[in-house]
Amino acid sequence: MSNSHFVRTQMLPAQKPPVGETGVIKWMRENLFSSWFNAILTFIGLWAVYALVSSSAPWFLNGVWTASSVDECRAIIAASAGEGASGACWAMINERWHQFMFGFFDRDEYWRPLLAFALLFVALSPVLYFNLRRPTMIMVGGAGAVLVVLLWGVGTDGWHLFLAAAVMAALAALAWFAPKHLLWVTLAFPATAFFLLWGGSVWAPVGVMLGFGIAVLIWRALHGLIGVTPAAAVAALVAFVWWGFLQGLLTGALAQALPAFSLPAEDSDRFGGFLLSFVIGVSAISASLPIGILLALGRRSDMFLIKTLSVGFIEFVRGVPLITMLFTASLLLQYFLPPQTNFDLILRVIILVSLFASAYIAEVIRGGLAALPRGQQEAADSLGLDYWQAQRLIIMPQALKVAIPGIVSSFIGLFKDTTLVALVGLADPLQGITKVVKADIAWKAAYWEPFIFVGAIFFIFCFSMSRYSMYLEQKLKTDHR
Amino acid sequence: MANAAKMQVTDEVAIQITAMNKWYGQFHVLRDINMTVNRGERIVVCGPSGSGKSTLIRCINRLEEHQAGTIIVDGTELTSDLKNIDKVRSEVGMVFQHFNLFPHLTILENLTLAPIWVRKTPKREAEETAMYFLEKVKIPEQALKYPGQLSGGQQQRVAIARSLCMKPRIMLFDEPTSALDPEMIKEVLDTMISLAEDGMTMICVTHEMGFAQAVANRVVFMDQGQIVEQNEPKEFFANPKSDRTKLFLSQILGH
Repeated sequence: MSNSHFVRTQMLPAQKPPVGETGVIKWMRENLFSSWFNAILTFIGLWAVYALVSSSAPWFLNGVWTASSVDECRAIIAASAGEGASGACWAMINERWHQFMFGFFDRDEYWRPLLAFALLFVALSPVLYFNLRRPTMIMVGGAGAVLVVLLWGVGTDGWHLFLAAAVMAALAALAWFAPKHLLWVTLAFPATAFFLLWGGSVWAPVGVMLGFGIAVLIWRALHGLIGVTPAAAVAALVAFVWWGFLQGLLTGALAQALPAFSLPAEDSDRFGGFLLSFVIGVSAISASLPIGILLALGRRSDMFLIKTLSVGFIEFVRGVPLITMLFTASLLLQYFLPPQTNFDLILRVIILVSLFASAYIAEVIRGGLAALPRGQQEAADSLGLDYWQAQRLIIMPQALKVAIPGIVSSFIGLFKDTTLVALVGLADPLQGITKVVKADIAWKAAYWEPFIFVGAIFFIFCFSMSRYSMYLEQKLKTDHR
Repeated sequence: MANAAKMQVTDEVAIQITAMNKWYGQFHVLRDINMTVNRGERIVVCGPSGSGKSTLIRCINRLEEHQAGTIIVDGTELTSDLKNIDKVRSEVGMVFQHFNLFPHLTILENLTLAPIWVRKTPKREAEETAMYFLEKVKIPEQALKYPGQLSGGQQQRVAIARSLCMKPRIMLFDEPTSALDPEMIKEVLDTMISLAEDGMTMICVTHEMGFAQAVANRVVFMDQGQIVEQNEPKEFFANPKSDRTKLFLSQILGH
């Protein structure tokens, strides 16, 4: 009889999988004990974890938080845990935390970096969460709550605490009702932060921002007439003329006329610890992304000069160690500038770290661009979009999405690399501040504690960046593959 | 079948290609192309792969640059002047073999993007137009989905609607059904036929000879970068003149 004839008269309904093919048992069987070799590895792994935890746990558990020196720490540990027991001397952190955080910033002025830190998150929130009111509000509200706690921690009086809480509550309300308007906070943040951190007259940062404002106005007026790139060039030129020659006259006059708007000035050499890391890290991160995008586009440009300059810049910067760039910032740059210019060391470091990071970002973005099918550019072209519209609306959103993991890796690397500024004499939290603290005879014997403390804080921020990048990838996932 | 009464060809010239040549490096891909397309004409371009048919229609909206001869589209000559190119591109719609929808935007955003940014249409109006054309290609219910959630046939109909939202005067189709499953080819061809009935000027690179017979008023056969033969579809299929055409037709119609 032939088997080739068959007609199904009824379609089969879906059925449940057999027991043992789902749940914890299946997971363990597949992942931990799939073969005898895997089972051995599982037990070795468990033993390694146990050995690690059991050897380090006492050190953490015996930790002492209040003492006036390492010797006192040891005495307390010996008394409580027995002779020969090991223990951490967190008292060092407890005593000197302010130096790890703020370097040598004036103690009465700690509210300024703290406020700038909280405003940083307010400024970031509309950018990170695309005007989604809920996460934006949570971020702003969270920053506000943390700010109030921190301000209370550094001994701010009740009236100022109330003022800070009110301002942050107003911003949180703004985040809820009109998250788009928070972008104004973002735009004003660089000048605000500069004013809060370095102090001096408010008119200097206002003048710098005015330069950007003028550039934007000129670009808006001209880009329809003479094209996007020439308009940008003219705008940049006018802005440089403003900053170089005109701004000083205006802001000088305003500072004379309205001296009330000023804060006590803090010199750059007072910056240290995480304050310094954040100033350099945040500035360089926010500057390197746009520069990186332009470099990546330049590298793919049809225009020979732009392409050559971009490739040359990227390859040169990637070929040189960051430390070389930092030494250039601290020593060489001064020789190339006109004799009277006193260019702040932190600013020089920020510029060179930004340029350094932007070369890496450019290459990461170029990878994203290469991943896009050619058809996307062609479709944008065939609809009549011009070059910048196509890049902005079609190409970059997709290329950046592909490049997110690489970009965030670069940012994390950059943030951690800010500790290298110790080599040019700035007080980074890891080496610079630790050296300062251990110069005190009381804390000289501490070894692991500062590294673990600083490492933990770096980890919190780097891990947050990494989690955010995963959130973003998930959020932007529209391909449904 | 197509409604012939509405498919009138006018005397107005929509596209004029004169003595056009194109090279890829040393390779001479298009050789002495002369072609006039009147408004309302529906032209099917066919030929073996590598014959330059896609390159030809991509020259018409300057996705490819030609090196000699002239192409005049809607009275605008295509030169390296970017303003002219963008003007021509906004008047000429193009549908690709692989759809090329923007995967990061919803269907509605795909359709409204160019009207909003190129034509400066207010968003509301652009969305109304987009919904109108989505109705026309019979998938208004997909407006808020992403391209990745649609079938190939649906994506291609969205791509057609996206071009139509720019209210183009000419439509170019570059093998619009070649990447589709047989079941989906028909829905795309139906859309194209209804477009032809509305009097759109169309140039279509395709191997769908049924479509050519139904709506084309001229079939152009290309080989080795040259136009070998062009004729009315009836004559072209019943009575091909050149041996190359005969061979090609016997191969694609023979099975």
